[in-house]
Amino acid sequence: MASVFANIGNWVNERAPGMMPVYRKHMTEYYAPKNFNFWYYFGVLAMVVLVNQILTGIFLTMNYKPSAAEAFASVEYIMRDVEWGWLIRYMHSTGASLFFVVIYLHMFRGLMYGSFKKPRELVWLLGMLIFLVLMAEAFMGYVLPWGNMSFWGAKVIISLFGTVPWIGDSLVEWIMGDYLPADATLNRFFALHVIALPLVLLLLVVLHIFALHEVGSNNPDGVEIKKGPKGNRWSPDKPADGIPFHPYYTVHDLVGIGFFLLIAAFIIFYAPTFGGWFLEHDNFLPANNLATPTHIKPVWYFTPFYAILRMIPSFFGTAIWGVLAMFGAIVLLFLLPWIDAGKVKSIRYRGFGYKVALGLFALSFILLASVGAGVTAELIPEWFGANADATFIENLFGRIWTAVYFGFFVFLWFYSRGIEKTKPVPERVTAHD
Amino acid sequence: MANDAVVDKGRRRFLTATTAVVGGAGAVLAAIPFVKSWEPSARAKSAGAPVLADISKIEPGQKVTFEWRGLPVFVVNRTKAQLDALAGEDSRLRDPKSENTAQQPAYAQNEARSIKPEWLVIVGICTHLGCVPDFFPELKPEPFDPNWKGGFYCPCHKSRYDMAGRVFEGVPAPANLAVPKYHFVDDAHIMIGVDPEGKA
Repeated sequence: MASVFANIGNWVNERAPGMMPVYRKHMTEYYAPKNFNFWYYFGVLAMVVLVNQILTGIFLTMNYKPSAAEAFASVEYIMRDVEWGWLIRYMHSTGASLFFVVIYLHMFRGLMYGSFKKPRELVWLLGMLIFLVLMAEAFMGYVLPWGNMSFWGAKVIISLFGTVPWIGDSLVEWIMGDYLPADATLNRFFALHVIALPLVLLLLVVLHIFALHEVGSNNPDGVEIKKGPKGNRWSPDKPADGIPFHPYYTVHDLVGIGFFLLIAAFIIFYAPTFGGWFLEHDNFLPANNLATPTHIKPVWYFTPFYAILRMIPSFFGTAIWGVLAMFGAIVLLFLLPWIDAGKVKSIRYRGFGYKVALGLFALSFILLASVGAGVTAELIPEWFGANADATFIENLFGRIWTAVYFGFFVFLWFYSRGIEKTKPVPERVTAHD
Repeated sequence: MANDAVVDKGRRRFLTATTAVVGGAGAVLAAIPFVKSWEPSARAKSAGAPVLADISKIEPGQKVTFEWRGLPVFVVNRTKAQLDALAGEDSRLRDPKSENTAQQPAYAQNEARSIKPEWLVIVGICTHLGCVPDFFPELKPEPFDPNWKGGFYCPCHKSRYDMAGRVFEGVPAPANLAVPKYHFVDDAHIMIGVDPEGKA
C-alpha cells in the first residue's frame, strides 16, 4: 500500500515539482515563535469561520430565493421545512457574528503586540482590507432575508452615499437600481454576497497569509526571532526561538478550535438569536417600506461606527460629516503603522501611556457600541429619570467617547514621537527554553 | 538578429504607451454596460409613474399616506390652529423660509410649503437617513419637545419637523422634508409626481 501512495506522490512531484516546496514553506518549515499565547488563536479561528460561512452559505443558496417577493418566505421555508435547514442557517447567522468577534480580538492582538509595525505594515493593510470587505459582505448578507430590519438597514446604509456632494442622489439610485431598496437591490446584493465578495475575500486572505509568511509572525514579546540566534532542532540556520508551524501549531490550534466550536455549538443550539443581538427581533417581520421599525439599529458589530455616524451633527446643510467621521474611524486604523512611530512593539515593554490609551480605546469601542445599539437610550431614563433630556445626555456621552476614539490616534502620534518611556526589550523571546 | 540590432528605446516606449492607452480606453468603454446595468431598469422606471390621490375623504387634522415611487407621501389636511402656529416657530427652525430650493418646487416655497395652505403634500422620508417620521398633530407638550406645536418626529434619530415639514435646529436631519411635484386635478384629487401646468 505504502508504495502505491509513494508512487502517486512521485508521479505528482515529477509533474508539479513546485508544490512540495510551497507546502514546506508555509507549513513544515514555517518557523513561528514558540511563545504564542491565547491571543494567537484568533487568526486560525477566523479561517475556521470563513470555511463555515462558505460551506453553509453554499447550502443556503440551494433553497434561498433572491427576490423581494420570495426571499422572506424562502428563509422561513429553510427554517421550517428543509431537513436540517434551521441548523445550516443558524450556523451561517451565528458564524457571521462570531466572525466579527474573532476578527475584533485578532485586531486587538495586533494593537497590543505591535503586529502592525514595521516590517508587517503590508500584513496589516491586507488585514484591514479583509475587514472592510467583510463588513460589506456582512451588510449585504444581512439584507438577504428581506425582513423589515434588512430593508431599513439597507435603506439607511445606502442613504449614506446620498450625502456625497452633487452626485449623491443619482449614486443612491444607481446602487439600489430603483427609487427604494427593491427587488433589483436584493438581487444584486445576493450576487455580490455569494460570488463577488467571497472571491475577493479569499484572495485577500491568501495574500494576508503570504505576506505574513514572508516577514514571519510577531509574538507577545514583539521580538524579531529572525534577528535572534540561529539554530534549532530542525535546522541549523533557522531561528532558535521558532518551531515548525506544522505539526506544532496545527495541533496547538486544534485545541483552540475545539473550544471555539464548543462555544459556537452552544449558541447555535441554545441561543441562536442571542437575545436579539445576532438576529434582531424586527427582522422576523417581512420588509415593509411604509413602516419604519421603532429603533433602527445595525447588528452589534457595526454599532461602534454607527454611533460615531449619529454623534456628528449635520451643518452647512449636509449630513456628510457624520459619514466622513465614520469612514475616518476605519481609515485611521489603516494608517496606524505610520501614526505610531514607537520602535518597541509589544505592550509588555511600551510606556504606561500606551497601556492607558489602548485600554481607553478599547473601552470607547465598547461604549460606542452600546450607544449605537440603543443600550444607552434605554438606560438613560432609568438612571436619570423619565424627565431627563435623554437626547442631550446620550449625545454628550456618545461625543465624549467619539472624542476618545479619535483621541487615541492623535495621542499616539505625539506620544510615540516624544515622551514615551519604554522598557528594555529582551534579546530573545521570554521563556525560550 | 534582434540581439545585434540597437534597441530603439523611444520607439519601444511609444508602442508600450499607445498600447496601454488604447487598451485602457477599451477597458473603460467595456465597463460602461456593466456600470449602466445597475441603473433603474425600464420596469423600475415605469413603476415610478405619477399617482392620482383622492383627498375628498381626508378630515381636518388627518394625515393619509399615499405611495409614489415606493415613497410614503403624506397628505395632511391642516386645521386653522395648526396653520396659525407655523408663523411662531421661525426662531427654532433651521430653514424657516425654505431657502434650500432642492427640498420643494418653487410653487411650494412659502410658509405653509404648499399650493393650497391647508393641504400639506410632503414626502414622509426623514432627510437624515431616510426613515419615516411619525405624525404628532396635537399642539401639546410631547416627551421630545415641551413646546410642541404639531408636526413630525422621526423615531430613528429623533429629528423633528413642524407642521410644514420644516426641520428644527439641533437635530441630525440637515434639511426640510421634501415636497414632491404635485398639482390639483380638481378640489378632490391631486396628481403626485407632475408639476402644475405652466409651472414646470
